[in-house]
Parts: sequence; structure tokens; C-alpha cells
Amino acid sequence: MKLEELRHGTELLKRGFASMQKGGVIMDVVNASQAAIAEQAGAVAVMALERVPADIRKAGGVARMADPAIVLEIMDAVSIPVMAKVRIGHFVEAQVLESLGVDMIDESEVLTPADEQFHIDKKQFSIPFVCGARDLGEALRRIQEGAAMVRTKGEAGTGNVVEAVRHMRNINGEIRALQGRTPQEIADRARDLEAPADLLLETVKRGRLPVVNFSAGGIATPSDAAMMMQMGADGVFVGSGIFLSAHPEKMARAIVEAVNHFDDPAAIAEASKGLGEPMKGIDVHTLKEGEVLQYRGR
Amino acid sequence: MGVRIGVLALQGDVSEHIDAFRNAVRTFGSERSVVVAPVKKPEEIIDLDALAIPGGESTTISRLIEKNNLFDPLIGFEGGIFATCAGMVVMAASVDDPRVHPLGLMDYKVIRNAFGRQRESFEADIAISGLDRPFHAVFIRAPVAEHPGNGIKVLGSITEGIVALEQGRFMALSFHPELGHDPRLHIRFLKNCKLL
Repeated sequence: MKLEELRHGTELLKRGFASMQKGGVIMDVVNASQAAIAEQAGAVAVMALERVPADIRKAGGVARMADPAIVLEIMDAVSIPVMAKVRIGHFVEAQVLESLGVDMIDESEVLTPADEQFHIDKKQFSIPFVCGARDLGEALRRIQEGAAMVRTKGEAGTGNVVEAVRHMRNINGEIRALQGRTPQEIADRARDLEAPADLLLETVKRGRLPVVNFSAGGIATPSDAAMMMQMGADGVFVGSGIFLSAHPEKMARAIVEAVNHFDDPAAIAEASKGLGEPMKGIDVHTLKEGEVLQYRGR
Repeated sequence: MGVRIGVLALQGDVSEHIDAFRNAVRTFGSERSVVVAPVKKPEEIIDLDALAIPGGESTTISRLIEKNNLFDPLIGFEGGIFATCAGMVVMAASVDDPRVHPLGLMDYKVIRNAFGRQRESFEADIAISGLDRPFHAVFIRAPVAEHPGNGIKVLGSITEGIVALEQGRFMALSFHPELGHDPRLHIRFLKNCKLL
């Protein structure tokens, strides 16, 4: 095999990587020992962070990419893929993570945005990106920019699943509503959604987003995770919900179990037994303007 | 009698495997009816003619095989097994990582993530013995095999190691034919199992 015939960083490799995560749970971790617990529990990947989203909320100030030393420590600790977050639009943080060799970058509203006009031009990178979305237009704009995976934004760090549910309904409900429409009608709707018409046509034809769609932002229990799966998520991200619960190891295993058996209530019940206190949640209606993370980026 | 093909639906690119088998059967043509469906319970596996173990995370799939009491039913399974990437890791006799407990159905050793991380993932045209022209292969954080035992036929190798093997009703691949549109390896597997 000649070296020059190898192709790296293609769209197929990026989307293919995301496909390998399907049916899985991706867990936020802040150090090597948490990463090992996540892997042992059956996580398909970990998200390397300096603080979980609920602690980012508490800390306030500007939230940035994690210290590369923490990311490297976590990469050394596990054999599953390691992801890490960059600020919306911060292409140099993304270059830094790419140089470290992380497997996927999350361009995330959980961190303080660096650019209020543009997201990162993700096609310039050889590693795949995941981006948050609240509705179909936002999801398709991110895919147009090169995102290989989409996740609902939900409302991170609240332990409250209500916004993740809203965003999943927005995305899948819109796709269902467009079934049977003519290409002309779909192109017209694309203008309202501020989405590329060709991507919207492809989405309606497939009856789903053209990339893997996970749920994130407020999942705190096995039942939360299974509900998002029943609503059509390809997998889930769990942020603060594991390591801010009373028994992280048990909670991690239970959520993996619930995602695996998302359509089997008896199995979800079994997985949910004796987990102790889940993370303490926040009613999203009590958040002040400026504390709502999902409005970052559009 | 119709043909029943299952895709082990614990985690990974299950729908891609289902589509790829349907595409292979459609391309080659079959006089028998062929049903392809996701499976995850021991009682769903026993009557299958063939089973695919998909790509995904091998540590996760390995853990879920044990958790779902599938280890012994898979070892005792009498149909064909088509395994890609994580599936190839799970089929091996031994793995370079104690986090995975392989089924030991095929006699080779497997090295996980043999090429490195996602940025080292690649696409390439590789020669596969028995195919008239190269196969466009997609390697994603792929494993390689080494030390194949007696009775194992090596179908393809690259510098880093063995990437395709078969043994009777089993086929194990480092790469992901289910992500492309070339059905030749699926057709070959189904013929090996006398299902086409």
C-alpha cells in the first residue's frame, strides 16, 4: 500500500467515527480516575473537562478550553475515545486540541463564546466535531459548517431534562412535519429555518438528520437517558449527572444499562434501584437572563 | 426456508450493517426471502443463519455481551459471524488489553487502535485475496490481527498487520465495508455460509 494513497480526515471518516458512538453514553470527566470509572462502566467515550457544567455555572467568569495537561492525563488513562470542548468560534483552541490528538471536538455553548458571529469552519480540521442545536435549522447550519455529529443543547449543568426534550421534539417534529411535502415547499421552509435547502431536502428524504444525533443537556437519571433514546436520540451525553450524583460508579453503569435497554421498562427499573441521590437539579425557569447557556450561538 | 440475519444491537453502527446486508442481497439477488434485523437477547440469536457484530467501542460491546448473558450463546452459535472493527476485536482469541474479554471464536491475537487515534483513521484501497480489484476500506481507530492460527485464511494485510481474515463461516475485518456501498465482502461471506 502506497502512503500517498491514504486519505485522512475525510467527511466519511468523521461521520463514520460518530456512527461508532451510536447506542452509547459519553460521560464528562475531569481527571484520570473519573475517566477510568467511566470506561469501566461502559462509556463509549469521555469528554475531558476542567469542571463539569454545573460547576462551570457555579464558578462564573469566562469558561475556556481545559488545560491541555488535564486532557493529556485523561487520554493516557483510557483506551476509549477522548473528546474535549472549545468555545464557540474559537478556532485556535480547536487547533490546540487537534494537535493534542483528541478524537472529537465539542464546539460548546457550555463555554463562553469567543465569536458571536461565526462558528468554527470545521471543514478545515482533520478530526470530527460535534455541535449543539435547539432546532432543525440550527442543526443543519452546523452540519453545513462541517459538524459530523449533532447533539441537543438542552440546558447543561441543570440536571433538568426538560430543555433536551424540547430540542429533540423541535428537531424530530420538524422533520416529521415536512414528510410528503414537495421539494419546492421544502426549499421554502428552508428559508424560514435559515437552513441550506439541499441539506433540508436530504434530511426529509431520509426522515432523520444526515449525521448522528445525540441528546445532551440535563440528563441525570437512567430514565432521563432512556426517554431521550425513545424520542429518537442515537445516544446520550451525560455531563454533571454522573460525577455529581451520590454514587458516580453506580450511576454510570445504570445509565449505560438504561441506554442499552431503553425500550425495556423492567430493565430500566432494575438499573435504577438503589442509586442514591441524583445530582441536585435546577428549575430552568429560575435561571436569570445570561445564565441560560442554550442561547449562546445560533 | 427464508434466511435470517441478525445484527448484534448492543452498541455501534447497527443500522449501517442492516442496510449493507440488505444492499448485498438486493445486488446479488436471492430466491429465498432474506430478513435482516437487530438482535440483542440470547433467544433472538439462536435461530439465526448469520450474525453481524458491528463496529463500535470494543470495551463497551464486550461489557454488554457479559451483562446481557450473551457470552455463552455467542460461543455456541452455529451460524455465520461477520465481524467488523470492534467485532473483530471481540472475535479474537486474545486482545492486547485486559479491558476486553474476547469470545475466542477465531484463533488470532488482536491489537486495538493499532494505527493510533481518530486523526490517524484513514481510507485506502487494499488488495483482498479472491477479489478481482482492490476494496476501498475505511479504517476508524482500527485494530489489526497477528499470529493467525491453523485454519485461518488471511484475506488482506497492510504494513501494520492483518486486516481481513476468514475461517469457514466466520469473517473478521479491521475496516468498515458497511460504511461504503461495495457489497463484495458481504456477498462473499453469505456465499461462504451457503446463504446465497
